[in-house]
Amino acid sequence: MSSLLNTLGKHFPECSKGDLIPVLQHVQDQEGYISSNAIREISEYLNISCSTIYGVATFYSQFKFNPPGRHSIKICLGTACHVQGGDFILSALQMEIGIAPGSTTEDGRFDLERVACLGCCAIAPVMMVDNDIHSRLSVIKLRQILSNYE
Amino acid sequence: MNDFEQLQKTAKEQWEMLQHSSDPVVYVGMGTCGLASGASDVWKSIQKIRDNSKYKFQTIKVGCIGPCYLEPFLDVQKPGSSRFTFNNVDADRAEKIIKEFAFGDESKLKPLGHLGDKIETINGIKSFWELPMLKHQKRIVLRNCGIIDPENIMHYIARDGFSGLINAFEKGPEEVIEEIRISGLRGRGGAGFPTYKKWQFCREAKGKLKYLICNADEGDPGAFMNRSLIEGDPFALLEGMIIAAYALGANQAYIYIRAEYPLAIERLNIAIAQMKQAGLLGRNILDSGFNLEIKLKEGAGAFVCGEETALIASIEGERGMPRSRPPYPALSGLNGNPTTINNVETLGTIPNILRNGGDWYNQYGTANSKGTKTFALVGKVRRTGLIEVPLGITLREIIYDIGGGTIKPFKAVQTGGPSGGCLTEEHIDLPIDYESLSEAGSIMGSGGLIVMDENSCMVDVAKYFLNFTSEESCGKCTPCRIGTKRMVEILEKFTKGIGNIDDLATLESIAKTVKNGSLCGLGQTAPNPVLTTLKYFYREYLEHIEDKRCASAVCRDLVEYRVIKEKCTGCQRCVEVCPTGAITGPRSEPHNLDPEKCIKCRACYEICRFDAIAGDAIIIVS
Ligand SMILES: Cc1cc2nc3c(=O)[nH]c(=O)nc-3n(C[C@H](O)[C@H](O)[C@H](O)COP(=O)(O)O)c2cc1C
Ligand code: FES
Repeated sequence: MSSLLNTLGKHFPECSKGDLIPVLQHVQDQEGYISSNAIREISEYLNISCSTIYGVATFYSQFKFNPPGRHSIKICLGTACHVQGGDFILSALQMEIGIAPGSTTEDGRFDLERVACLGCCAIAPVMMVDNDIHSRLSVIKLRQILSNYE
Repeated sequence: MNDFEQLQKTAKEQWEMLQHSSDPVVYVGMGTCGLASGASDVWKSIQKIRDNSKYKFQTIKVGCIGPCYLEPFLDVQKPGSSRFTFNNVDADRAEKIIKEFAFGDESKLKPLGHLGDKIETINGIKSFWELPMLKHQKRIVLRNCGIIDPENIMHYIARDGFSGLINAFEKGPEEVIEEIRISGLRGRGGAGFPTYKKWQFCREAKGKLKYLICNADEGDPGAFMNRSLIEGDPFALLEGMIIAAYALGANQAYIYIRAEYPLAIERLNIAIAQMKQAGLLGRNILDSGFNLEIKLKEGAGAFVCGEETALIASIEGERGMPRSRPPYPALSGLNGNPTTINNVETLGTIPNILRNGGDWYNQYGTANSKGTKTFALVGKVRRTGLIEVPLGITLREIIYDIGGGTIKPFKAVQTGGPSGGCLTEEHIDLPIDYESLSEAGSIMGSGGLIVMDENSCMVDVAKYFLNFTSEESCGKCTPCRIGTKRMVEILEKFTKGIGNIDDLATLESIAKTVKNGSLCGLGQTAPNPVLTTLKYFYREYLEHIEDKRCASAVCRDLVEYRVIKEKCTGCQRCVEVCPTGAITGPRSEPHNLDPEKCIKCRACYEICRFDAIAGDAIIIVS
């Protein structure tokens, strides 16, 4: 048995269909993304077809299908952040790290994702790098923040 | 005395001891907004002082108290005195507060306010609750937020936690539902359906297995009321859930919570574990014979999953697509069983009603909208944060008295998120309740209030929301899937200055089709931001179409960056930050900005404002 199947057995002993999303979340937590290999193993474990799993996984924006970077950036494009200039932060960010949302830089330093609201709307615009939220961003402040992540 | 009474007694004693502690007690606001503003540095700094110096004091983490723009907060309670709160604290200031205020001569530092029980001024310091942002509020569901340690069940119990539950067990399910009917409580998730009716349907539905689901998906981008409540007082939600489940006859409950809220998830897990330990969850809760298990389900990032039937599909492990109703979840919901879905704030309010009575709650609010409502007051208003106000309050009171008004002249306020609309100056004296807002073309929604001033473009705002709903449309029904896309395309033409007048009529007609023809609430309400802005800001649309002009200078394709020669001191800061070399000029002489090379990234504009020498020599014009 592979190590993935092993941990699934431990965390999801019931093996029910309702576990599919928690299983995907668990795998992404462990491996950083959902690989095609992982999908095959989940399919075997829960007895759900690979295409159904793909169908469910791609519906939700949380799941990534490419390996993440060393640092994960989530830029908020919720209403409050938009009104406070979040769009400018996104374009500046794209220019700085040279990738579009949904991808990872070639050197593996950053991956970039857009989210709709991190719940810090009162101190917008905000972004999250790994587990840290940075608030009241400006194009200039953004450049300084990025330089702290290698 | 039974076990719980014993626990209550201990909790009250511990709380009293904390209030009269012989060493100072230091509280730090550690909600997500506090952390994002630097509260963890503050926390580390005070831990270091405590561990490495002669100063002896206790430290406690609390949730968000509301005025997020003043985060991080740090409170100091000195022996024999009240609890004083300081705002915008950083690590250095925290050290100073401990050394000079907590252990020194108080008069040197001036706190923002005191959190004592009485509202009288203490030593020249006003009550926190008398500050302009707080004075007009009525805190019922938020009563513990920022006050108690959300990771300590004893704090909650000391402040009469679970006494609503005990009353509920004494009354029995039918009488609980009656109490909620008397209170007039309506669902806080958006639609405002009377809570007691929902419970009654589910209670009367046939079936042994029933479910309660708490909707903590909080999908409205720009709203964080539910996050703050869970982070600041998770026990209130959980107590409300036990009461609701008891009234419905459900023994299994879920909290469907968005994965973007890791701290809220952590605090719920801690609270659930503590409640199990205290016999407040699990089998035979407080010897009532009632059993309840509560499980967390993390959402996976799809707005539509906030809709009841989509949420159920998602818990069942499927794509979160809405199902057509009837059958309603109250009859056939999760796995085909009767299910009630309530919002976090609805459930968090329940313990207060059971503790103080339905009549008590009913005294607040308007004829048809009772009680209080929390709002996320954000956008271009001076004082941003989370507020709780009695329904019936006017927008003017919220925006000006509580929020301190806008910096540039006020233009609009958006309520109800992607399903809502924009209201204007003309509605500013409207008493807010479910009916008045929908009559004005918007909705109450879950409580996001985004204030906009003259620097906000309403066409851009409409495009923003339609973009959001078109991306979040699950694709099941055609009007929503295709209609929202077409609307985005038209709005995009306007913001690029390539729209024509016929597009306006097409836009309006598609909006009406999508509104009438969509399967679920997402599509049915998606056109609201377009319809209300067309109604109240028609001129702004015309400006974009006919004059190719965006007066708020937001739409990128319609604006230009310029250097005002008379103001420019030639400091070269903008030259340094420009990524494309569009700005040139020798030091000490007015700079040149080449519009051909300018990508409108805003770096020069910002740096010019940050820099005290130049001031605002770079402007954006349309
Ligand atoms: C597209 C869509 C998204 C929704 N999102 C949420 C949400 O994030 N949170 C919520 O409580 N209700 C949301 N609702 C409303 C729920 O469907 C439901 O009415 C509510 O959770 C019921 O709880 P209440 O009666 O306590 O208000 C949404 C509805 C729609 C149509
Ligand atoms: S809109 Fe960005 S944090 Fe809420």
